[in-house]
Amino acid sequence: MFAKTKMLLPAALLALSTGALMAQEKVKVGIMVTLSGPSAVLGQQARDGFNLAVKTLGGKLGGVDAEVIVVDDELKPDVAVGKVKGLLERDQVNFVVGPIFSNVLQAIHKPVVDSNAFLISPNAGTSNFAGAQCNPNFYVTSYQNDQNHEVLGKYAQDKGYKKLFLMAPNYQAGRDALAGVKRHFKGEIVAEVYTPLGQLDFSAELAQIAAAKPDALFTFMPGGMGVNLVRQYRQAGLADAIPFLSAFTVDESTLPAQKEAAVGFFGGANWAPDMKNPQSEAFVKAYEAAYNSVPGTYAMQAYDAAMLIDAAIRSAGGKLGNKDAIRAGLRKADFKSLRGNFKMGHNGYPIQDFYLVQAVPRPDGKFQTSIRQKIFENYVDVYAKDCKLPN
Amino acid sequence: MSMTLLYVQTLNGLQLGVLLFLIAAGLTLVFGVMDFINLAHGVQYMIGAYLAAMFTALTGNFFYGLALALPSALAFGLLLEFLIFRHLYDRDHLDQVLATFGIILFLNQAVKVIWGAAPLSVPIPEALSGSIRLMDGLLYPVYRLAIIGSGLAIAVLLGILVSRTRIGMLVRAGASNAPMVSALGVDIGKLFMVVFGFGAMLAGFAGAMVAPILSVEPGMGDNLLILTFVVIVIGGIGSVRGAFIAAILVGLVDTLGRVFGPQVLRALMDPSAASQAGRALAPMLTYILMAAILFFRPGGLFPAKK
Repeated sequence: MFAKTKMLLPAALLALSTGALMAQEKVKVGIMVTLSGPSAVLGQQARDGFNLAVKTLGGKLGGVDAEVIVVDDELKPDVAVGKVKGLLERDQVNFVVGPIFSNVLQAIHKPVVDSNAFLISPNAGTSNFAGAQCNPNFYVTSYQNDQNHEVLGKYAQDKGYKKLFLMAPNYQAGRDALAGVKRHFKGEIVAEVYTPLGQLDFSAELAQIAAAKPDALFTFMPGGMGVNLVRQYRQAGLADAIPFLSAFTVDESTLPAQKEAAVGFFGGANWAPDMKNPQSEAFVKAYEAAYNSVPGTYAMQAYDAAMLIDAAIRSAGGKLGNKDAIRAGLRKADFKSLRGNFKMGHNGYPIQDFYLVQAVPRPDGKFQTSIRQKIFENYVDVYAKDCKLPN
Repeated sequence: MSMTLLYVQTLNGLQLGVLLFLIAAGLTLVFGVMDFINLAHGVQYMIGAYLAAMFTALTGNFFYGLALALPSALAFGLLLEFLIFRHLYDRDHLDQVLATFGIILFLNQAVKVIWGAAPLSVPIPEALSGSIRLMDGLLYPVYRLAIIGSGLAIAVLLGILVSRTRIGMLVRAGASNAPMVSALGVDIGKLFMVVFGFGAMLAGFAGAMVAPILSVEPGMGDNLLILTFVVIVIGGIGSVRGAFIAAILVGLVDTLGRVFGPQVLRALMDPSAASQAGRALAPMLTYILMAAILFFRPGGLFPAKK
């Protein structure tokens, strides 16, 4: 016990003094995203979006010189915990920006929020941290995971669809997705099909869909699964007969492989590259010039994460040691989001608009999603009411 | 459940079976003849798909792409054999598993470095881009029929090759008793190399054939590899005929079980419990099948005679 305090005390003093020193020097940001495996493209977008923001800000965040350290979580929660401890203890970062995937978020949340740093998630937004387990050191620049699915459920309901066919991979996020759709859709669910995670040939499921004759299909098939499903759906001739509603299935990370097959397919999102506002138009242009690909929401949300950090440090007068001032700045979120309307909720999750988006071809031969209609305005996630933090 | 749906799903199962056979044929020979566990066999399938994607993009024609991909896959298989595998034949199985697993990691990463992490797509060749209406509202791409057709053709060719030719005889002899074949003056090293290269090419062919319907991405062979091992264990290690029957069996059980399993369960219990149980049971069916077959025939359906 004594030995422990003895060791802790100098460590704490050291942390304090280096923290004070750093305030004059530079702000350190650790980016932890998935950069290997089949989903690496999502992490690459987030990393590039963040770096682009720092570049746009002249290598500074909130007027303080910024150092960005990028690490790969390998989509393995255990690996992520080890690496995030390295960021916190060895690199002494002020902010951790990450991760992409919710299972990694569950693993790194506690080590980061219990440390001296803030955790900013540019993508994963699980329900538990939005509700009862909300934390003043955790902020999300994306959405609460259910919301994109809710967009399609609401759309199907408003559109007057009577019968919906649901399909998702058999894991937590897949089951959550289908629950999200059902929150707003009151019609009949003709079938709820769960496929093994990583399944690539959907011929059996496509025959089931054709046999069930639903008014629309809703699916959540991230990454390579979505690429395959979309192409096979088109090949099976279902694309023209049964509308394809999805979330995280047809977006800028999968469109380069889906190409024409996805044109006309619907998705739900908080932003699309054709968003009409000056900051978003400039961002898309700069991103395409720098990385020769179309930015998706992953890049947009990471860019906004950098802008949020910038605004927070600025409002704290550049004093990185003043955690309360920075926290207040993060909560205030006084920056021009690429999606225009953006407020930070009391649970650290955004209050924003959601849109129905549709995949379209572009004149340059690439593909992107395009905003079709606003589905939710100033939408607060359904878990926020369980968060006990002050409003 | 209509008869048409059953018929369509049988076709789907057949297609998966044929695909599994193309991969399993090489694996069962390598395992049977050389007593060598090659976990990296799934990677050959991935390499085949990437080579087809690359050559198709270069030549603008899938058939040229396929024609170039096959010898390249063969050459790549021989290269791997020469550089790595031949040094592992005399080691025990654990060493082989470790080394070939390392190759999986290495090649998955190498593929990402060369072609990027984002999935690639290959367009369906023009000549086979049509589709036929199998049931109301569902088109079946002719290309999928072409996969089934080419797979069955290769099965027949392979059957003739193994049972009617000299090299096939040596391969069968090798599967039964490799040291004896060697003692009779056959250059077993050369035989191993031929078998290995040929197996790699077959897996590469499977990868190239599926490139137009599945996305080409790093690690695409890893999932299939497990099913392939199930196939060769069911079929009897070293037996091409066993691999064929087992592959079709596994393809059908997997597909039909996944689709109709939950429906059958629904007739037996209440809907929510049925969907819960179906979700859990469907992926297990092939393994239950394997356990059942091994219980009655521990050597598989057609074990090589020892």
